[in-house]
Amino acid sequence: MPHSLSPESTPAGESSREMSQAEDIKPEPETQDATMEDAPSPPAPAPTEKSRVNLEELFDDDDSDGEFASSAPVKSEEEASQPAPLKITSRSSFSDPEIMRAFYQRLFPFRYLFQWLNHSQTPANDFAHREFAFTLPNDAYLRYQSFPTADLLRKQCIQMLPSRFEIGPMYSTNPRDRKTLRKASAFRPLMKELVFDIDMTDYDDIRTCCTGASICHRCWVFITMAIKVVDIALREDFGFSHILWVYSGRRGAHAWVCDKRARLMDDQKRRAIAGYLELLKGGDQGGKKVNVRRPLHPHLERSLDILKEHFQTSILAEQDPWASSEKSSHLLNLLPDPTLRAALQKKWDSAPNRASASKWADIDTLAKSGALSKTSKELLEAKQDIVLEYTYPRLDAEVSKKLNHLLKSPFVIHPGTGRVCVPIDTRRVEEFDPLGVPTVTQLLQEIDEWKCEEGEKKVQDWEKTSLKPYVDYFRKFVAGLMEEEKPALKRERQEGADAMEF
Amino acid sequence: MIRHDYSRVDSKRRANLSHKKKQFAKAEFQEQTYEHRLNFYVLPPTAEITLEEFEQWAIDRLKVLSELEACTFRNKGPEETAEYMKSILEKYLPMRSGTSKGQHLHEERKKDHYSHFILRLAFSATEDLRRRFSRLETMLFQLRFKDDDHIERQKFVRSLNLEWEEVQEAEKRELKEKLLAAAGGGMRNREEQEWFKVDWERVPLLVEQRRVFLKRGKAYVPQREQMSLVVAEFTKTLDEALELTSRALPRLDEDDRLAPILAHLSQSFTAPDAAYSSSDANIDGLSTLTANSIDTLSQNFPLCMRNLHTTLRENSHLKHFGRLQYTLFLKGIGLSLDECIIFWRRSFKLMTDDKFTKEYRYNIRHSYGDVGGDSNRRGRGYTPYSCQKLLTEPLPGPGQTHGCPYRTFTPDNLISVLQRVGVNERDVLKTVREDVGKQRYHVACNRVFEWSHKREIKKVKDDGSWNATDLDTIVHPNTYFKRSWLLKHLGEGNAGIVNGGSGDTMEE
Repeated sequence: MPHSLSPESTPAGESSREMSQAEDIKPEPETQDATMEDAPSPPAPAPTEKSRVNLEELFDDDDSDGEFASSAPVKSEEEASQPAPLKITSRSSFSDPEIMRAFYQRLFPFRYLFQWLNHSQTPANDFAHREFAFTLPNDAYLRYQSFPTADLLRKQCIQMLPSRFEIGPMYSTNPRDRKTLRKASAFRPLMKELVFDIDMTDYDDIRTCCTGASICHRCWVFITMAIKVVDIALREDFGFSHILWVYSGRRGAHAWVCDKRARLMDDQKRRAIAGYLELLKGGDQGGKKVNVRRPLHPHLERSLDILKEHFQTSILAEQDPWASSEKSSHLLNLLPDPTLRAALQKKWDSAPNRASASKWADIDTLAKSGALSKTSKELLEAKQDIVLEYTYPRLDAEVSKKLNHLLKSPFVIHPGTGRVCVPIDTRRVEEFDPLGVPTVTQLLQEIDEWKCEEGEKKVQDWEKTSLKPYVDYFRKFVAGLMEEEKPALKRERQEGADAMEF
Repeated sequence: MIRHDYSRVDSKRRANLSHKKKQFAKAEFQEQTYEHRLNFYVLPPTAEITLEEFEQWAIDRLKVLSELEACTFRNKGPEETAEYMKSILEKYLPMRSGTSKGQHLHEERKKDHYSHFILRLAFSATEDLRRRFSRLETMLFQLRFKDDDHIERQKFVRSLNLEWEEVQEAEKRELKEKLLAAAGGGMRNREEQEWFKVDWERVPLLVEQRRVFLKRGKAYVPQREQMSLVVAEFTKTLDEALELTSRALPRLDEDDRLAPILAHLSQSFTAPDAAYSSSDANIDGLSTLTANSIDTLSQNFPLCMRNLHTTLRENSHLKHFGRLQYTLFLKGIGLSLDECIIFWRRSFKLMTDDKFTKEYRYNIRHSYGDVGGDSNRRGRGYTPYSCQKLLTEPLPGPGQTHGCPYRTFTPDNLISVLQRVGVNERDVLKTVREDVGKQRYHVACNRVFEWSHKREIKKVKDDGSWNATDLDTIVHPNTYFKRSWLLKHLGEGNAGIVNGGSGDTMEE
């Protein structure tokens, strides 16, 4: 067996089989979702994960005072043996192996993750045949991992300390056995949650506050709007009810639709849903991105209603997308009426720094004053299209279209920011603050600072931290899902029993 | 699997029934009533029919199906096809609507039902046949579905129990705006303002294009999309049934009365050159062909063969598929094997005898069925390729010249080739260019034929010596040659002898 990895790159005690898995390492895991979302904006392509992480730390220097994660031995005070409390200072970096180990050992909710994917308490193939893919600290990418129970997954995480791991589909056989099968066709994906990925990079041409990897509260609104529109469509139109939204750790969000009906969908159906939700077509040179027929489909009508308010506040006022003359010429191109275009151009040329809100109002004012050669209906429709172009969710649709696409697991740590990928409560989606999401170092400190109160029963480590509300939310979500799957399970058994009686 | 046993009366059980009691024995299976004109063919027939009926009904249906197939490759549009098929359906497989009550109705539907199942037996053997059969049956079903009476159609759809829920008036009123908006507007008449609910998973394409209204997992499909759904369901059911039938087929071998009929039926369907008849080879007035006469006769060849002939003369060589296509055509016009070998030997004039014998002779003999496997020899080699075959095979690669020039040539090259063979009227060339643009290669070819024989055609029409079927659309290169030759040799004592259009050569 070719041992292509250097010895120190693989944790000791790893079995040879895991070595063989390591051969599947992709040289450039760019196609993987999590990586794409980590990728910085085009102007600054980072060749390796390492340097990217370093770049990140320059931005988020609240966690590390210029001290980079390195392979250098950790400080002696941090080497305290487990489970004795680990001393975490604000000086430690979130990608230190010790931090990762402590996180997997003490904070990661393996139990609920298991229940979530297994749909019942007792271990079953739903979980055992599920593919996990690990990204190891040396950036090796390890696919087709699978685990019979939550404990074994936990064990391997602690052993390998993956910087993150992704979840793939459940297969017809155990992914680890795939090479021992006589027929390749016996190994095929059976089910996976329907997933969505919304990433801020897709909004770069319309957001003015930040670019690339960084986000602020102002541009997070794009994600909030997207979650609202997609969530309601999935519930109202498709009738799904178990939808888990997860913060991707930096500047995006993922959705996991966990209903059984959704999990069993083939690629064609996934493509259908993605197509239903996708609206914006065409790249940078494509010109007008929204071209929909009238009357608007009810889904778009509803979306437009939701988005209209945000357009006034978040887009016109906060983003101010047409402030510069270069940007406002794009707005002009979206209007169908040449007479009106010329009138607007003239007006804006004389007042170069006019705010977007005023420019938007100018359209109607000038149209009313007679600079309109087309019907007002056409203008209204064009304006609706513009609202949609600036607010409608921009999905990374490829992620949703394939049954066997991998997506980063909830609750792992984003390697760039150190933040935990926590679930987002859709009932309070407006309140969600991506910059307030706890980082791993912060959480470990919270454990240390926690004071045991007298007479209290044993408390889980995650309960001592600000991760608690997120885990609680996840637990409730999983419980709801299991509750729904239970009767179905019973019924199946019942039918099985009936079939036996002749 | 087991269900299919219903279709056969267990021979053993029947033998056990005593003679004397036989007249008192009740029918073991219920007669079907055929409430609807349309049929999903779920239940196999169970009553007895005579062997003659068995064969005749199957042949009639086969005729309908092959005409339908001809329509597709003539690139007829749905309306054209419906129009064309009307008389054929009327003749071979009439199906009146439910409003005309009577004994005939039952008989017609019974014939339709039985013939479908007979052909199903005949055409389930290979994947290829199954696919073709299913495609044509689907077309037939679609055709009938379309011209079915609106009320009857609704009744039929309801009887299918496809788990479609009709949207009730109250709900329709409540959701009216949304339903209309999703359907894209433009629904004026009442008939179109009907919707039904299905799980959205059954109409993924409509969902993807946002052409249906969705509510809690149900798609509200407008009436006008219904047909595609019913038809998809029909195809699905039929495909599954054919698969099952093919597995049950080996057991049918026991019956030595049906097997030959079925084999015969499927054979005449297998040959994609159903439109070719050996009578095409016997042209009265045409003296026995020799290798030397081909050059002269090539003036009467259709463009595809003429192109091969020219290329052969220019290069003294043709690539494999071109040779095959041309050899079969020559065989079809009546060139004997020996003459054919001579023809090719002389044509490949840059080649040594040794090389020719080693590499080419066998293939020519194989085409004639002189060598090769048992079945090849029994069938006297392959049948000459029809237009359909030429139009559906893969496009020629570099250096290859086979296929239909109307399809394989760029329009500009095609026009210049046509001009070279004497088609020089601008209007004709213009319409040919249009036809080719619309992929109606066949129409273009027939247009050229009509133009280059317009004087002769007028003559035979005027004196009434040729009837309409003699001048039917040409769908086979050999028919092209035969008709062309006869028209150009009118008045040589053969004008009345044309027989066999493309249509009635199926049983051949």
